[in-house]
Amino acid sequence: MSEHAEAQHGHDEHDEHDGVSAVHATMKGYLTGFGLASLLTLIPFWLVMSGAFAKSGPADALILLLAGIQIIVHMVYFLHMNTKSEGGWNMLALVFTIVLVVITLSGSIWIMFHLNDNMMPSLMQNPANLP
Amino acid sequence: MSDTTMTMSGSPEPLKFHVEGEHHVENGTLLGFWLYLMSDCLVFACLFAAYGVLGRDYAGGPSAAQVLELPVVAINTTLLLLSSITYGFAVLEMQQNRSGPMMGWLVITGLLGASFIGLELTEFSHLVSIGAGPQRSAFLSSFFTLVGTHGLHVTCGLIWLVVLMVQVSKKGLIPANKRRLMCLSMFWHFLDVVWVGVFSFVYLMGVLP
Repeated sequence: MSEHAEAQHGHDEHDEHDGVSAVHATMKGYLTGFGLASLLTLIPFWLVMSGAFAKSGPADALILLLAGIQIIVHMVYFLHMNTKSEGGWNMLALVFTIVLVVITLSGSIWIMFHLNDNMMPSLMQNPANLP
Repeated sequence: MSDTTMTMSGSPEPLKFHVEGEHHVENGTLLGFWLYLMSDCLVFACLFAAYGVLGRDYAGGPSAAQVLELPVVAINTTLLLLSSITYGFAVLEMQQNRSGPMMGWLVITGLLGASFIGLELTEFSHLVSIGAGPQRSAFLSSFFTLVGTHGLHVTCGLIWLVVLMVQVSKKGLIPANKRRLMCLSMFWHFLDVVWVGVFSFVYLMGVLP
């Protein structure tokens, strides 16, 4: 009955189980996260503000890539995400959310752009059909 | 973990409703708050999707490159990132049970957050004053909705921060207050994560040709 033994411990032990102290933030972690986040913010701002890109295609891809890396940096160093926190439920909820976000974003953009392409021009040109 | 047991008359051993080894998260407040953040994430995903669809529909009005000012956004991003790290320092002081320095870092975090909101409101009022309000075009509607929702979240975070500082000054760093501070920590860092998406997807990609 290890659970019973743990439950009878003092206040400090109980504090550990609040999940508050279980998250152990360190100065090193925060500073690493801050340094990486600053770098990952500076690069895209510099690229766009200096006008280094003439075309938007590769710049868009690079900005999104850097944003994705920075979000992971925030998750790991500031939000203390790992596969063990809260018995893995944190990670499960995160993965589920990412799936939904990807479906929502890519689905909306894909469908709406095709909708624009597939509008019937003959109907749109007749003023009687316009709203 | 509570052992729910019941002895039935005539049964040789007590019935157990908790299987040995089965466990759930102890005090799931932080997990519950994480689930809230994830649902908030879906709200923002919908707003991002709306902006992604409507972001280039200018309706003859100003384009993103014409109205969005990157230097202001760079300052805003710096303010929010700095407020993230100062909140981190407050959490470190909280772990050492030093409420004085912690309150100091919280005040700095609050001031940085308030400057962010102030700058954003200035930007919004400037846009409205030059006739680029939310009713001008689909681009501006989706822009104001997305950025405004983020700003509203930061404002709520600031109110929460002030309330927590009052609570800590009255009751000290009791476990309940520590738990609340950790929840706000997650909320605050989460808003910074959303802002990464906003400045990349809306501002930087918006002003590209």
